[in-house]
Amino acid sequence: MNDTTMPTTQAIQVESLSKRYGKNAQALSQVSFEVGRGELFGLIGPDGAGKTTLIRILATLLLADEGQARVNGWEVRRDYRKIRSHIGYMPGRFSLYQDLSVEENLHFFATIFGTTIKENYELIHDIYVQLEPFRKRKAGKLSGGMKQKLALCCALIHKPVVLLLDEPTTGVDPVSRQEFWEMLKRLKEKDITILVSTPYMDEASLCDRVALIQKGNILSIDEPGGIVSAFDKPLLAVRTNDMYRLIQDLREFESAHSAFPFGEYVHLALRNSIWPEAIHAYLAGKEHTGIEIKPAQATIEDAFMELMTQE
Amino acid sequence: MRTILFIVRKEFLQIFRHKVMLPLIFLMPIIQLVILAHAADFEVKNINLHIVDQDKSLASQQLISKFQASRNFNIVGYSFSSRLAFDKIQSGDADLFLEIPPHFHRGLIRDNKASLQLSVNAINGVQAGLANAYANAIIQDFNGQIRTEWAKTRAGAAPAGLSITYSNWFNPEMNYKTFMVPGILVLLVTLIGMFLSGMNIVKEKEIGTIEQINVTPIRKYQFIIGKLLPFWIIALVELSIGLVVGWLVFDIPFVGSLWLIYSFAAIYLLVVLGLGLLVSTFTETQQQAMFISWFLLIIFILMSGLFTPIESMPEWAQAITHFNPVAYFVEVMRMVLLKGSNFMDIRLHFIVMLTAALAVNVLAVVNYRKTN
Repeated sequence: MNDTTMPTTQAIQVESLSKRYGKNAQALSQVSFEVGRGELFGLIGPDGAGKTTLIRILATLLLADEGQARVNGWEVRRDYRKIRSHIGYMPGRFSLYQDLSVEENLHFFATIFGTTIKENYELIHDIYVQLEPFRKRKAGKLSGGMKQKLALCCALIHKPVVLLLDEPTTGVDPVSRQEFWEMLKRLKEKDITILVSTPYMDEASLCDRVALIQKGNILSIDEPGGIVSAFDKPLLAVRTNDMYRLIQDLREFESAHSAFPFGEYVHLALRNSIWPEAIHAYLAGKEHTGIEIKPAQATIEDAFMELMTQE
Repeated sequence: MRTILFIVRKEFLQIFRHKVMLPLIFLMPIIQLVILAHAADFEVKNINLHIVDQDKSLASQQLISKFQASRNFNIVGYSFSSRLAFDKIQSGDADLFLEIPPHFHRGLIRDNKASLQLSVNAINGVQAGLANAYANAIIQDFNGQIRTEWAKTRAGAAPAGLSITYSNWFNPEMNYKTFMVPGILVLLVTLIGMFLSGMNIVKEKEIGTIEQINVTPIRKYQFIIGKLLPFWIIALVELSIGLVVGWLVFDIPFVGSLWLIYSFAAIYLLVVLGLGLLVSTFTETQQQAMFISWFLLIIFILMSGLFTPIESMPEWAQAITHFNPVAYFVEVMRMVLLKGSNFMDIRLHFIVMLTAALAVNVLAVVNYRKTN
């Protein structure tokens, strides 16, 4: 077993990792996946799916009960010290010093990694220019989006090979979210492997590959397009004036496979292709008014819902 | 080494950034020292005395004038019945009353003996004890005087009698402030050391910053030293301020070596900071840490021998004080500052404190985990 020193092609390797909290809470069960070098990998799943647990194990903050995990070829349990100096980690909760200024935070994290802001400035330059006007401001007084940018700068200041981001866009406004993802794309071009978790399905399409995770199990790993194309059922978007009753009624419809709220519409997946008129007639029979039915393009959310119901 | 320096710098930046912290750390202790030292005076003055003089004789007048002359007593009223006097105690107007029965004078002359009654309100036990002692001393004095005078007129020969006088070594004027200030200083340094260090690490947990620190290459010992060093320095600075105040305001005699005080304080602070650290390793919020620290401190302070002498505690309590670091430092302060004890006199204190410092800190470091 001398493979830890050998350069592996994968940036992150996870093999049947399990973690249990207490007696009944199985946070992760037999999770396995790999992330290639320079890949932007998304962990998509609802709250409590096990995303944070997985990232904390990779960040060497938590010990797994079973299984193995390697970051950049280093085993998380044995080589945690090497991992700590070569990864950038952004916890889900803002974890910088709120009473220190933007500049002081960055300076502090640079120094404890034994580097300087100057040395790796080109890496954070794009992000830091946006923070520059506020560099004397205390971190606690920044807006949500700015806090995320600062946290990303601090996670990048020592030029990590792997970046672990735990729900970086939760609680951030849509514009800042978009900016944040653009930053991640630029970092990817600089050969940094990024593992990012998010509860937002729409962000999945921005990743190279995603793993759908639920209740500690990985449901599917694929490119976003692949996950969507795996969804092979006919899909319709339906709306009426009584949305709540609509979902109940559609679920009882004999040809219905599943029905989930999706924005203003209910996405209805069908067992077999039938005429929309049949559905219209069914709903009219249930005394629905303002019925609107149109074909819909499957999204990753539909695919995820589908995978969830299969469980 | 450099990493520790960075952490220390960050800590100082954070400590002095808070507008409350600076006065809290440096001004409050001075105010507390000045107020506490003046207030924590065990001498009981102005005891309200009510007098029931049913004799109205020369002897009773002499006795009363002796009480009047004492600065410990305030005569607040006279009456003829003990029932009335008792009402005065009930209403709180008097702390004790002295009843001089009829024929007091006659009894003294004819039978060479007479009785007096002293009734003390003992709700405040300390005050009652002292009031009783003071009153007895005055009566004794009166007794001795009257015997001498009358013996002269009667037989011409003075009676044989022992009179005991006191000489208070190391604190000749029995100045309570001299006695209290070194002890109070210990308290202040302890408070700052334990609370600030304990709160500080828990705060990182509570706010979540520890999560970010834990993934850095900072080693456990670096983090802990970097965290404790600032408070160790602050506490020593505070001790210095306190000593200067003690010297300027309270005229504390610096009989022994200051180096000895500082070396002991340096080790003592390791124990206190280590305790704070230990508390912070098994608490999750600042509130929890505050309660546990406070619980420990109350016991440490009340059993430190600062307010009640350790010698007067029951044996089991005395045994407990052997584990009380505050008690050791209070004793060392008093011994060195007031008595001029040298290293050999307090070498046992040093050994105990060193052992405690080692034990507490090892326990704390083992208990602190970066990974869980």
